[in-house]
Amino acid sequence: MAHSTNERRVISVVVMNESSVLARVTALFAGRGYNIESLTVAPIPNSEMSHITIATNGSTKVMEQITKQLHKLIPVYKVIEHEEMVEKEMVLVKFPIAENLSDIAALCSTYNGGIVNVGKEMVIAQVADEPKRIKHFIEAAERYNPTEIVRGGVVAIER
Amino acid sequence: MQMSGAQMVCEAIIAEGVKTVFGYPGGAIMHVYDEIYKQNGFEHILNRHEQAAVHAADGYARATGEVGVAMVTSGPGFTNAVTGLATAYMDSIPMVVISGQVPLSLIGTDGFQEIDAVGISRPCTKHNFLVRTLEELPRVLKEAFYIARSGRPGPVLVDIPKDITVDIGDFAYPDSVDIPSYKPTYKGNKRQIEKAVEAIKSAKKPLLYLGGGVVLSNAADLVRELAEKTQIPAVETLMARGVMGAKNPLLLGMLGMHGNYASNMAMSETDLVISLGARFDDRVTGKLSEFAKYADIIHVDIDAANIGKLVDVDYPIVGDVTQVLEKMIPLLDDVDTDRYNAWREILKRYDVLHPQSYVDSDEVIKPQWAIERIGTLIGEDAIITSDVGQHQMWAAQHYPFDRPRQWINSGGLGTMGFGFPAAIGAKRAYPEKTVINITGDGSILMNMQELVTAAEYKIPVINVILNNHFLGMVRQWQTFFYEKRYSETDLSFQPNFKALAEACGGIGYDVTTKAEFDAALEDAIKQDKVCFMNVQTNRFEDVLPMVPSGGALFNMMLPQKTEGEEK
Repeated sequence: MAHSTNERRVISVVVMNESSVLARVTALFAGRGYNIESLTVAPIPNSEMSHITIATNGSTKVMEQITKQLHKLIPVYKVIEHEEMVEKEMVLVKFPIAENLSDIAALCSTYNGGIVNVGKEMVIAQVADEPKRIKHFIEAAERYNPTEIVRGGVVAIER
Repeated sequence: MQMSGAQMVCEAIIAEGVKTVFGYPGGAIMHVYDEIYKQNGFEHILNRHEQAAVHAADGYARATGEVGVAMVTSGPGFTNAVTGLATAYMDSIPMVVISGQVPLSLIGTDGFQEIDAVGISRPCTKHNFLVRTLEELPRVLKEAFYIARSGRPGPVLVDIPKDITVDIGDFAYPDSVDIPSYKPTYKGNKRQIEKAVEAIKSAKKPLLYLGGGVVLSNAADLVRELAEKTQIPAVETLMARGVMGAKNPLLLGMLGMHGNYASNMAMSETDLVISLGARFDDRVTGKLSEFAKYADIIHVDIDAANIGKLVDVDYPIVGDVTQVLEKMIPLLDDVDTDRYNAWREILKRYDVLHPQSYVDSDEVIKPQWAIERIGTLIGEDAIITSDVGQHQMWAAQHYPFDRPRQWINSGGLGTMGFGFPAAIGAKRAYPEKTVINITGDGSILMNMQELVTAAEYKIPVINVILNNHFLGMVRQWQTFFYEKRYSETDLSFQPNFKALAEACGGIGYDVTTKAEFDAALEDAIKQDKVCFMNVQTNRFEDVLPMVPSGGALFNMMLPQKTEGEEK
């Protein structure tokens, strides 16, 4: 297990909406030594279930164990883990108003976003894109001296 | 029907057919105890510590196969129960533990005797509930019993705030359970079973690797049928002792760290492992890269997460051992048993070369002798429980177990102090059977307060204390791996065990010779009182064979053959 390569994977978990279900999922990761890179959770409309999206990494064998252990949790209804997922992530970035706003706006629109709020000293930009492109966006945004970056975590859906 | 939450708890316990509840009252669970006082549907045994109450319910469950039930109060009552929950969880024992909790309005305020029970017990229960409304209480109780006994069994905690037990509401105990997210797989995949059968038919050196799942699934008869029909030899894990029966010529013995030579060599040389309800625990496999190195592996397990967790499996079958074997056995009608003759011959020679043995003595009682002696005098009528340590391994090696559920011990968690309360639970379930806890001078003190419980309820459990004045297993490791630095393992300072038993209303026996041993055991069986048999054994006996931790199974330290009389 130790020698196989670590791969980034996104696991989508459908759970019954009940108290402490998120704690069960995260405690499983902590207790068994699995890594959580990002985690999002929200209710599924018109149902009694919620969707938890977890970005993690590990070998194929570890992924298999994570999937099976998640399945064992009583309120877990479904676990989806494969490569065919459409992934999106959102990020909010705060820039000083003194920066070149048209450059920032152009950059954001390249990554499916734009400026969403303008204050006295700051502007706030929002971008939603694939996680890999979000990483590129953040690198590119560095030159405009962002004062705060908040990533939303990955959400994913089966293709 | 209108009733209080506390009454609902009692009604649910009765509806589930539970005859005995083990527990300890306290503030948050008092309303339930008030209803226990008023009802006649089940008996309540007052253990003298919550840990012991949970172990007793566990022992009851292991002996009967039914769900064991324990009841504790909030805070320290619950935290004392945690070791009991973890013990049951590691060995997949069906159990429901009901704990009181502070009233809903006090939750989260650090109230008196408040602790986050569901938070603490999450990793050591199959599932747990904090009941939030009276309306959901009947459903939660029903689900708790269902989850505990279905699929891979395990303990379930139901934490009930005090105000819910006093509130009055409608009660109708559900007839059935529907949890959309919980559907255990019982039937093995037909094609996978067929493939496994083909593998068995083409193997030359197949080996049945039997685990505790066979006991949990009540599949011992089918396993014996499979072995008999195919003439494939079998090894048992610690948890599976009794499945094949000691007299079965196809049984090689127990494998693993303290497995016998033939079993460990069989696992090292087999070309097809047929794993039934076993989970490839590190105490069984030794060094994984050397484990069953030349074998394909068939793995039948009700828990999919066990398959492929530690070893790569060629024929995975998710399902209940009983249901899988019911399909598998008829497919083996045309198996050629002669194929395995040469293999069985090799294994027979291994057993002759290094049988499970020890050097007996006339001067001092050897612990292995004491265990064999119990087997000779009582044998299959007894239920044997044990604590954890050398005595546990000797019991597993030397007792002639004839049937499943005859051997009750804490295998996964290795909980010292388990044996005595578990014996109380088993004896309560089967009062007509002799129940013997084989224990050590270290372990027995970890739940010795149960003398009072056993004396009060006249539960005549026999505790055979194999007394070497050491924490023997740790001492053995210190001898082998720590250059004999006996750090904190010398138990020369001891209570007067005989007087201790008598002070609590039991009987004590001091035993130093074989004749005294026989006399004490004979007397103890006749008594209707709990007893301590304090058996002085030699101090420095080691459990052998031994595979040093992390070593390959075939690298065993073997017992000496030169001194004294070979047995």
